[in-house]
Amino acid sequence: MSLQQPREGCKEVFAKLSEYLDMELPPDACEELEAHLEGCPPCIEFVASLRKTVDLCRRYSPAELPGALNETARQELQEAYERSLAARGRG
Amino acid sequence: MEVELARRVLAGEAQAFEPFVEHFRAKIFQYSWLMCGQREDAEEVAQDTMLKTFESFRQLKDPARVRPWIYRIAKNACLTKRRKSIFAPTAAQEISLDELMPAQGQRDGRTTIEIADWSQLPDDQVLQGEMKRELEAAIRSVPEMYRSVILLRDLEELSTEETAHILDVSEDVVKTRLHRARLAVRKHLDERLRGVKEVASR
Repeated sequence: MSLQQPREGCKEVFAKLSEYLDMELPPDACEELEAHLEGCPPCIEFVASLRKTVDLCRRYSPAELPGALNETARQELQEAYERSLAARGRG
Repeated sequence: MEVELARRVLAGEAQAFEPFVEHFRAKIFQYSWLMCGQREDAEEVAQDTMLKTFESFRQLKDPARVRPWIYRIAKNACLTKRRKSIFAPTAAQEISLDELMPAQGQRDGRTTIEIADWSQLPDDQVLQGEMKRELEAAIRSVPEMYRSVILLRDLEELSTEETAHILDVSEDVVKTRLHRARLAVRKHLDERLRGVKEVASR
């Protein structure tokens, strides 16, 4: 798909897109950016693809899980935990 | 849930120990698997992190901070592991915004950009199969200093302030790196989506 990019200022918009998506832009900068978007189909399309990227990351769940904890490793953690509780009791 | 678990473990409730370990082992494994790339390394980072967590448990004053606190330990464990690994990171690689801008062209006297058809990606669905592997590959392709930020901010959904604390950088640096990481992941996926479309239209 090829899109029109009729305006200057796309680059400026481009630098601020994450802050825009995270709603961290100050109101005036946000208005300015939206005014640019209104007249710039390529930027609109680009914002949509970035928004989708963030959305995919947020919906990601791990494909891999760690193997079951073996007894030695579990024991090691348990002992460290008990030592910390004992130290707290003393301290 | 994890704050409540942390509170109970801190209070010495034995029943909370096992679920606490299982929950955070899985979280840290995911982070280090995407950071280190090797399953074995990720398992070791998860264990080292949990061990260090319990060894310094007294330093955790506020259970509400348990996530950033543990991720900070994990980040350091990951760095130590990476330095010893044959996959040790090379010098910090910066990416410029210009590299991440979409390719431009001209058609009928107007500027155009090259972009995939992102509408082919379904919304609100559990990410699985091919797309999930593509996303993992995209995240792994991002230089480390950016990758850690997108993992913490967008996958783990930690705040800018928490991420800055974990990585020992300012909030502004987190924002800058997050933006570049997202753009780099987007670019990688965009290229893959175009590839998929070309195959489909033959």
